[in-house]
Amino acid sequence: MTDAPLLTMRGIVKRFPGVLALGGVELDVRAGEVHCLLGQNGAGKSTLIKILSASYQPDEGEIFWNGEPVSLSTPQAAMDLGISTIYQELDLVPDLSVAENIFLGHELSRGGFSQRSTTNRRTRELLARLGHPEIPATRAVGRLSPAAQQIVSMARALSQDTRMLVLDEPSAVLDQGEVDNLFRVIRDLTAEGVAVVYISHRLEEIRQIGDRITVLKDGSTVATGLAVDQTPTSELIKLMTGRSIEYVFPPRGGVVPVDAERVLEVSGLELSGVFSGVDLTVRAGEIVGLAGLVGAGRSEILETLYGARRPSAGTVRVAGRELRRGSVPAAVKAGIGLCPEERKSQGLLLDQAIYSNITVSSMSRFSRLGLLDSRAERRRSTELTESLDVRPAGVDRLVRLLSGGNQQKVVLARWLLRECRVLLLDEPTRGVDVGARAEIYALVRSLADSGVAVVVVSSEVEEVLGLADRVLVVREGRVVHEGPATEIDESRVLDLVMEGSAA
Amino acid sequence: MSDQTSGTGKGPDVAAVENPLAPSQDSISVERAASGSEPTAGGGLMSGPFGRNLGLVLALLLICAAGVITAGDRFASIDNTLTILRFASTIGVVSIGMTFVITGGGIDLSVGAILALSSVWATTFATQAMAQDTHWLVMVFAALAVGAGCGLVNGLVIAYGKVVPFITTLAMLAAARGLAEIISERRTQIVTVDGFKDFFSTDVLGVPLLVVIFAVVSVAGWVLFNRTTFGRRTLAVGGNPEAARLAGINVNLHTVLLYVLVGFCCGLAALMLVSRTTTGTSTHGFMMELDVIAAVVIGGTLLTGGRGTIVGTVLGVLIFATLGNVFTLNNQDTSTQAVAKGLIIVVAVLLQQRLARRASST
Repeated sequence: MTDAPLLTMRGIVKRFPGVLALGGVELDVRAGEVHCLLGQNGAGKSTLIKILSASYQPDEGEIFWNGEPVSLSTPQAAMDLGISTIYQELDLVPDLSVAENIFLGHELSRGGFSQRSTTNRRTRELLARLGHPEIPATRAVGRLSPAAQQIVSMARALSQDTRMLVLDEPSAVLDQGEVDNLFRVIRDLTAEGVAVVYISHRLEEIRQIGDRITVLKDGSTVATGLAVDQTPTSELIKLMTGRSIEYVFPPRGGVVPVDAERVLEVSGLELSGVFSGVDLTVRAGEIVGLAGLVGAGRSEILETLYGARRPSAGTVRVAGRELRRGSVPAAVKAGIGLCPEERKSQGLLLDQAIYSNITVSSMSRFSRLGLLDSRAERRRSTELTESLDVRPAGVDRLVRLLSGGNQQKVVLARWLLRECRVLLLDEPTRGVDVGARAEIYALVRSLADSGVAVVVVSSEVEEVLGLADRVLVVREGRVVHEGPATEIDESRVLDLVMEGSAA
Repeated sequence: MSDQTSGTGKGPDVAAVENPLAPSQDSISVERAASGSEPTAGGGLMSGPFGRNLGLVLALLLICAAGVITAGDRFASIDNTLTILRFASTIGVVSIGMTFVITGGGIDLSVGAILALSSVWATTFATQAMAQDTHWLVMVFAALAVGAGCGLVNGLVIAYGKVVPFITTLAMLAAARGLAEIISERRTQIVTVDGFKDFFSTDVLGVPLLVVIFAVVSVAGWVLFNRTTFGRRTLAVGGNPEAARLAGINVNLHTVLLYVLVGFCCGLAALMLVSRTTTGTSTHGFMMELDVIAAVVIGGTLLTGGRGTIVGTVLGVLIFATLGNVFTLNNQDTSTQAVAKGLIIVVAVLLQQRLARRASST
């Protein structure tokens, strides 16, 4: 490892309408090191990667490659420098073979005829180098497992002269054995002088593989070039969150009385292959949090009890009434509301006005014989957006133009208007800045105080613990712990979440 | 507000996007969005869709001017105007239905074939005999039921069978016209029921009934699109089906209704064509789907769904109808006409894509 940086980024700024995605990022990566990029959801990691791969152009800032200023104007320019990026959503063509995918765009050919045998031989060499000689070079990529697909992506990067490899949460789709293999491959690459930029949430992984760390928070670099072995975990968490948790969360209203109405009762809920045996009771005024790793089944539990997925067993009751299985309209009618995980793709009609996003689930209230009274819609939506402090004001504005926090408030306003009895929140603060987070937490608490039963799913353990009255920990599709939020701490939750998987 | 936008066919929400983003540089749109704490009222609300429809009106006026210059009084006469409108009304009624389907994220290639089948079914010997014995409304009922029925089949296969609309309606295109040929034995069926002929050839204050039907369908379509829960749901289903589903909208049911609606429009258009030609035949509406989709698209409805305009569709229909008329008056053959049509479609879609790209880059 040399100390002269291979890549240097200075003062990178990237704006989207209404959002400052990156507000001055500094990064330097040396050849032969594993440089970890750390930050919460919405901290700007993905945006930064997309600038590295030249999918986005920065609005301000400078990029140096080997000390020379460069502009990453097209993805091809980034590739020519030797920067390869492997995204979370793998960008492979499922119907092409492994070999065809690896050499896509730089096919081996002579006189316009593709050289199949050479291609397949080189493919086998690359796969062997990555420790996966068993992947067949001629198999269609769509038929491989996610882990194998990732190996193919890496082989694709290595088939070119890669000097810097960017890995976006590579371990998310892998099991422990596969992660070990991935780390072995990464070590081989760095030994050859390749720089690796490694993005992950999992601090223990960063301890295992990383050399230095850069921490992003709210689009800015808060620390760069920290040596992994000299930085305690608590320091990293503080840098990532930058706040004291108690300050942000609203005070709990006191113990929910045992005789409060059982608004939501779930028993024996099962979605085959994903989760099973989920029992859950939420009383009026109570907030229940679900903690667990991504893929443990948290979101699926919410979606199933909302009717968006059809359970293979079990019942959902609202106020004692059993819901028809797998029907969203039935759930909405019974008074359940869902703020989905992917706000933009699942929650919002981005090209519609704010008011029609709010009234979409309560249209019957504004219509007579099917005719909509849009003046009443606007009036009611204006009241709600004003009380939730959605900015900028004006309900005719397109939802697309709002920031993440304000978009989330619009989704919440939808269910406020609906006066739902059960509110399901999936990652309610993903992509929401800290200020708006506090407002959303306060809003959720005041909803609970008004008698709504709330279920919150979050990847951020402190969010679950800070907001909820009661916590359920989910691991591999099973509830492994249930108890009051005040009687468990973050490290215990993490232990429960990891148990078994961190062998 | 509703008065201001009532002539535009799009809600003010669309206006809010198109106008602030009118300058094509991203940096400018960013600033507008960021500093947009002032209310969006004023010119911004009006000029987006208004300006877009203004462009269509200008195109229409341009074609009219060409008509006056090249054909003089033969073009600028009341008779000729009624000819244009009568021709436009059949395609127009189908285009209104198609606007809903396309806005809802679908497409219907089978409209011409459904129209043919409806026209044949309504004019078979059996149907006409029954109409003679009872009432000519039997023919009307037959056409509308056949049209809506075909739409129902399309809708069920698409919504519950999860077959893509393009393939489903392509299959219906083949099957419906084939069935029309079987039923009619490829013969042209003459309408003999006088009550039917008399009714559809009436005038309302000098305006042919066909044109009145087109006007009524357009106004009803506009209200349905802009002022009802059905229209709002159509925008939601076309714009983001997953979000619509999770908001509690029955997306499958709505999809079925959209295809039933366009099928019903085909049935109605079949009746109009039958009365205009006093025949029912399996060749009615041949290649009509292309004219209809072209009119909807140049009107400003996004082919990807989620945004549409009834007023734009009506203007699109009038543009094509007038263009065809001007070419015919100048003794140009249909081939020249087709070339001009193709050019217009490409230019309109290019313009539309620029708008769409601007919207999605924000």
